[in-house]
Amino acid sequence: MSAITSTLVAGVGGQGIILAGKLISQAAIAAGMDVKTSEIHGMAQRGGSVTNHVRFGNKVFSPVIDPGEADFLLAFEKLEGLRYLNFLKPKGMVILNNQAIDPLPVAIGLDAYPEAVESRIAARFRLVFIDAVSEAEALGNLRVANVVLVGALARFLPLPASSWNEAMAAAVPPRFLELNRRAFTRGYELAQEVIRRCQSCGILK
Amino acid sequence: MKLLSGNEAIARGAYEAGVRVAAAYPGTPSTEILQNIARHYPGIYAEWAPNEKVALEVGIGASLGGARVLVAMKHVGVNVAADPLVTLSYTGVNAGLVLISADDPGMHSSQNEQDNRYYARLAEAPLLEPADSQEAKDFVRFALELSETYDTPVILRTTTRVAHSKSLVKEGEPAEPVNKPYDKSFAKYVMVPANARNRHRLFEERREKLRQVAEHTPLNRIEEGDGRIGIITSGIAYYYVKEAFPWASVLKLGMSYPLPVELVRAFARQVEHLFVVEELEPFLEEQVAALYIPVRGKTLIPRTGELSPADIHRALMQDPYLAGVAREYDNAPASPPGAQEEISFLPGSPPDPAKEDLVTGAPQHAPLPARPPVLCPGCPHRGLFYVLKKLRLRVMGDIGCYTLGGLPPLSAMDSCICMGAGVGMAHGMAKADPDSAAKTVAVIGDSTFIHSGITGLIDIVYNQGASVVIIADNRTTAMTGHQDHPGTGKTLRREPTKALNLTKLARAVGVPHVFVVDPFNLAGTRKTLLKALKTPEPVVVISSRPCVLLGPVTPAPVPLNPELCRGCKLCLQLGCPALSFRDRAEINPYLCVGCGLCAQVCRKGAIGKEGGR
Repeated sequence: MSAITSTLVAGVGGQGIILAGKLISQAAIAAGMDVKTSEIHGMAQRGGSVTNHVRFGNKVFSPVIDPGEADFLLAFEKLEGLRYLNFLKPKGMVILNNQAIDPLPVAIGLDAYPEAVESRIAARFRLVFIDAVSEAEALGNLRVANVVLVGALARFLPLPASSWNEAMAAAVPPRFLELNRRAFTRGYELAQEVIRRCQSCGILK
Repeated sequence: MKLLSGNEAIARGAYEAGVRVAAAYPGTPSTEILQNIARHYPGIYAEWAPNEKVALEVGIGASLGGARVLVAMKHVGVNVAADPLVTLSYTGVNAGLVLISADDPGMHSSQNEQDNRYYARLAEAPLLEPADSQEAKDFVRFALELSETYDTPVILRTTTRVAHSKSLVKEGEPAEPVNKPYDKSFAKYVMVPANARNRHRLFEERREKLRQVAEHTPLNRIEEGDGRIGIITSGIAYYYVKEAFPWASVLKLGMSYPLPVELVRAFARQVEHLFVVEELEPFLEEQVAALYIPVRGKTLIPRTGELSPADIHRALMQDPYLAGVAREYDNAPASPPGAQEEISFLPGSPPDPAKEDLVTGAPQHAPLPARPPVLCPGCPHRGLFYVLKKLRLRVMGDIGCYTLGGLPPLSAMDSCICMGAGVGMAHGMAKADPDSAAKTVAVIGDSTFIHSGITGLIDIVYNQGASVVIIADNRTTAMTGHQDHPGTGKTLRREPTKALNLTKLARAVGVPHVFVVDPFNLAGTRKTLLKALKTPEPVVVISSRPCVLLGPVTPAPVPLNPELCRGCKLCLQLGCPALSFRDRAEINPYLCVGCGLCAQVCRKGAIGKEGGR
């Protein structure tokens, strides 16, 4: 049986989830793999919870990821990270953006935003926690936060750097290419730092 | 190879098949088909019709006129187009005609999840069900050839997971656009009873010929696996079956009506236990069972909602025999993890057993807050629905973004049935309960009004009603992603055209009172609505403001003075995503577009005072 890599991208309508999914799938195509993705349009896009399923490997059948089947959860928003946690395999990994967007029931005081999201996730799964909004701000454009996150994810996906370069060129307009490359690299470095920290703390095998 | 969505692939398929005319009304999950045709294939005449019935009628005319035609709509749109569709099956076509029905199992963005495969049986039209984008593209061409060869409309049915999933497509060479001469034929195209009787008799012969096609087409194929278990499936469910039971024998039906009964019989003979896996209704299963072939399907598999590989696995494993066979395969080693390197991470604090759910091992936490879709910051519908809520009116609603006005905190919609329903319903409610007339309104969007609200309005005038019909005119078809319509003054290809004037239209059908309000002006909207409700004659109120996504209202967010906020939370009743509350009201400057509704609602003058709006 061939290995399939399944990534669930989750967040709030308008956060750039579609582009993130496009980058991952284009990189997989560049690496010569079969790819299927699935997304939802329409009513959910009006500020609702949105996901993009991305699966690649030698031969992909289903375009949707079932609960318990995702290798990676790329969460653009903390509550959405928690919401889709059950989609991960037991050894799955979460790339979590340090951003909280209050859903309407919270904003109008009918419900409370969950607390300690990071530790709740870290108690069950490998977690890479990234402040992509601040990183994007430092790069001079808030809109590349999504590409910072994809860069972090790329550190763990079985795809070569050349494929990501090709994907970037295919999915991003030329005038934003340089900025997006820097965002991607920054995300990749941040993930690298997390690995280094974890390895140096000595508790790991 | 290109990564295309099912809808992009269908557009490509139309191009490759030499389609010359395409028509549609927008509807999720079908909308992008016409958008892609308009964007990428300038040789195809493409239009947004006012509704699906007109779209199909334009298509029929074009087919008679000699062009290959594609007509696209969402599943409930086929209800609107059903009248011409069924009789089109009697007349047949000249050049090929394919109708794309995009179904929405699971209702991601729909009011029901009807299974439109039944329309193929109702109209006696062949049915194609692609499972991925490559098939979606290829089946369009096959459909048009089938249509011409057998003189029939062809239904190509996708579902959300075909329309909005992307997979790799090998593009082909485009065919020469078809141009078939038109032959006048009273017997074929004029469906008076005598002619229709003759045409209906031809169905038997056509159905049999089409069944023969289904028996032999490569669209229908047996994939031999473990012969103890055989699964008949179609559409996206095919891939779910391959994912869940890759070892099973499968009969994959790409052309699922007329059912290839000999192929089904042959497959049934090859396998020991036969199952049908299909989303929604037992469309295939009942036809198989009618052949006296023992089969299981909907006794195991849910008849509602979307399926997934896990759903199918769980459902079929209820069958003890299948479960026994499956266990032989499940003992095989699992697929290796996707990530190639094994990196361990420092876990957080170890889980506390006292705080964990004893059954699942998951920590016990409060249920997560839902994130329902909401009206955008600066949405013109918000002001209208806030006033409707304050006036405590019965609101006969309709289909569009404004349906979100029915959700808390606005909660100002009593009904939502189908496109245009609210107008007739307001009239009916007033006739049933005349006292209710003064507190009942219909609310309908501009595109929806043009789609099917106009006839309801004529009914109110004709039958001496006194209803108030509010047209929430945001100058676009917003929910489906901002498509133009006859009121916007732009065509599908954004060429300028005559814009339908809603005020003049209402007057022309005999509405004596037409008022225009700005929904950003709460007091003005309220005053006009009160006046309209007191009027003992039909009234149309046009709530006029472009969709905020077509261009922000003002560049500046509304200022808020926290010193003056008394925490009354009145502003939160607007349900604006830019407003939140932590001890005091807060305005998110990144989300606020400065519509100023909250400043009008605030009684303490905390909002909107220091400059800005």
